Amino acid sequence: MKKLKPKFYLGCLLIALTTFLAVFAPQIAQQDPTAMDLSKRHEAPSSENWMGRDQNGADVFAQVAHGARVSLRVAFTVVLLSAAIGLLIGSVAGYMGGWTDNLIMRFLDMFYAFPGFLLALSLVAVLGPSIGNLIFAMCITGWTGYARLVRGEVLHLKNREYVTGAFAAGAGPLRILTRHIWPNLLGILVVQMTFGMSGTIITESGLSFLGLGAPPTVPTWGQLLNSGRRILVEAPHVSLFPGLAILVLVLGFNLVGDGLRDWLNPRSAN
Amino acid sequence: MIIYTLRRLLSALPVLLGVSALSFSLLAFVPGDPVDIMLGDQAATADKDALRRELGLDRPFTERLAGFYSGLARLDLGRSLQSRRPVSEEILERVPATIELTMGAMFLALSIGIPFGVLAAVRRNTWVEKLALGYGLVGMSTPGFWLGPMLILGFAIQLDWLPVSERGGLEHLVLPSLTLALGLSAILTQVTRASMIEVVREDYVNVARAKGLRPFKIWFKHALANAMMPIITIIGLQFGALLTGTVIVETIFDWPGVGTLLFQAIQQRNYPLVQGCVLLIATTYVVVNLITDLAYAAANPKVRLG
Repeated sequence: MKKLKPKFYLGCLLIALTTFLAVFAPQIAQQDPTAMDLSKRHEAPSSENWMGRDQNGADVFAQVAHGARVSLRVAFTVVLLSAAIGLLIGSVAGYMGGWTDNLIMRFLDMFYAFPGFLLALSLVAVLGPSIGNLIFAMCITGWTGYARLVRGEVLHLKNREYVTGAFAAGAGPLRILTRHIWPNLLGILVVQMTFGMSGTIITESGLSFLGLGAPPTVPTWGQLLNSGRRILVEAPHVSLFPGLAILVLVLGFNLVGDGLRDWLNPRSAN
Repeated sequence: MIIYTLRRLLSALPVLLGVSALSFSLLAFVPGDPVDIMLGDQAATADKDALRRELGLDRPFTERLAGFYSGLARLDLGRSLQSRRPVSEEILERVPATIELTMGAMFLALSIGIPFGVLAAVRRNTWVEKLALGYGLVGMSTPGFWLGPMLILGFAIQLDWLPVSERGGLEHLVLPSLTLALGLSAILTQVTRASMIEVVREDYVNVARAKGLRPFKIWFKHALANAMMPIITIIGLQFGALLTGTVIVETIFDWPGVGTLLFQAIQQRNYPLVQGCVLLIATTYVVVNLITDLAYAAANPKVRLG
C-alpha cells in the first residue's frame, strides 16, 4: 500500500485548525463579533484584540472566527449537494447512454460554456443576497463538473467484466450502480470534492467581497476584506488577517486534494 | 482542417444560443416583479407600465426570447435604465480597458508560469522544483481580492513605487494585471512542469543533447514546443476564470472596464445592462474556447481526424 505524502497531513492540519476555530468560535474569541465601539475604531492588533479592530471598532479576530463558520458551512453544503446531484445525473447519463445521455450532455455543454463565477454572480445579483441564494447559485453552477466526471467514470466502468458478471447474475441497474460502480468511482469523486471545497470557499468569499454573498449582518471573510480595502492606510490589519484565513483553509483543501490524487493515481509513484 | 473547422463552428452555434438564452433568462429569476425592484415600490404606475412594455414583460416569455434574438442579430441589447443609452454602446466603450487588463495578465501569467514550469521539470528533485510546486499550490490558493489590496499596501502605499488605482500608463497596469495573473501563472507552472517531465524523457531530446545543442535551446525550443498541447488547453479553459476575475480586480483598482460596469449595473439593478455584460463575457469565453480547439487541431492532426 502506497503511503500518503506529508503534504496530505499538512493539509489536514490546516483544515483541522480552521474547523476548530469555527466550532469553538464563541469560546476562543471572547468578544462579540458585532459589538461596536467607535472610540476604538481602526485600533492595531494588541494583546486584547489579537487582530485589531475594524472601522466600527468591532474585534477582527472574533469576526474571522465566526466567518470561518459561514465559509465552512456554505462550502460543505454546496459541495455535498452538487456532488449528490452530479452523481445521480452523471450515473443516469453514463448508464443509460443513447439519447438520454445525449440530451443530458447537450444541457451540460450549455452550463459548461458559462464561466462558473459569472453565473453564480449574476444569479445572486438577481436573487438578492442571502445564504440560501448563495448556496443555490453555487449549486446550479457546481453540479455540472461532478456530473461530467461521474458520467465518464460510469461509461468506463460499466463495460468491466465484473459488471457484466453482476448483470448476468441478474442484478438490476440500481444494484449494479450502487454496489458495483459507485464504490469504484468514490475515490476520484472525493478528490474532486476536496478541490471543490477550495473553489467554493474562494467563490463564496469573492461574492461576499462584492457584497453579493451573505447579508451584511453576517460576518464573513469576504465582507471583512471589502471593508478592509477602504481603510488600507488606517487599518491594514483588517485586510491582512481574513485573507490569511482564506489562504490557510483553501491551501489546506488543495494540499489534501493533491495528496489524495497522488495516492490514488498509480502513475505518480514518486 | 476545413471540414473540422466547419464542424467545430457548427457545434458552437447551439452552445452560443444556449448561453445567450441563459443570460436572457436571468430576469426570470428575479423574485417578485422585476419592474418593482428596478424602479422601487414608490414609482408611478405609468412609469412602471412603460418599463414593463420596454422590457417586453407584458408579453409571453417565448415571444420575448424571439424579440431578444432578433435584437441580438442587430446588436441591439436594449437601453440602460439609468443613462437611457443603448446597452451595446455603454459596454463597447469599456471593452478596451478590459482587453488591456486581460492581455497584461495573460502576458504576466505566461512569462512567469512557463519558464518556471520548464526549469522545475529540467531541475527535478532540486530546490527549483520544490519552489515551483510550492508556488503552484500557494498561488492557486491565494484569492485575488486579498492579493490586490496587499499589493496596493506594499507597492503603492508603503513603497510608493506604483499608482494605487485607475487606468493610465504602463505603471497603472502592473498591479491589477499581477493580481489577475497569479492564479493562472500558478496553474501554468504546474501544467508546464508536468507536461515537460513527460517530454524531456523522449529520444529526440537525447539526440539534441548528443548533437551538442546548448541545454537552454533544447529545453525552451525543442522540448517546450512538444509540451505545448496541455498548456494551450489549460489556457483556453482558464480564460473564463481570467475574464470573470476582472469583475473583482477592476473593482479593487477602479479600472474602467466591463467588470466594473457589470458590478455597477448589479448595484443599480440595471438588469438590461447586467444581461448585456454577462452575455459579452460568456460569448467571449465560448469564442476563445473555439479558437483554442482550432489551434489545437491545427497543431495536431490526430485531433481533426478523431
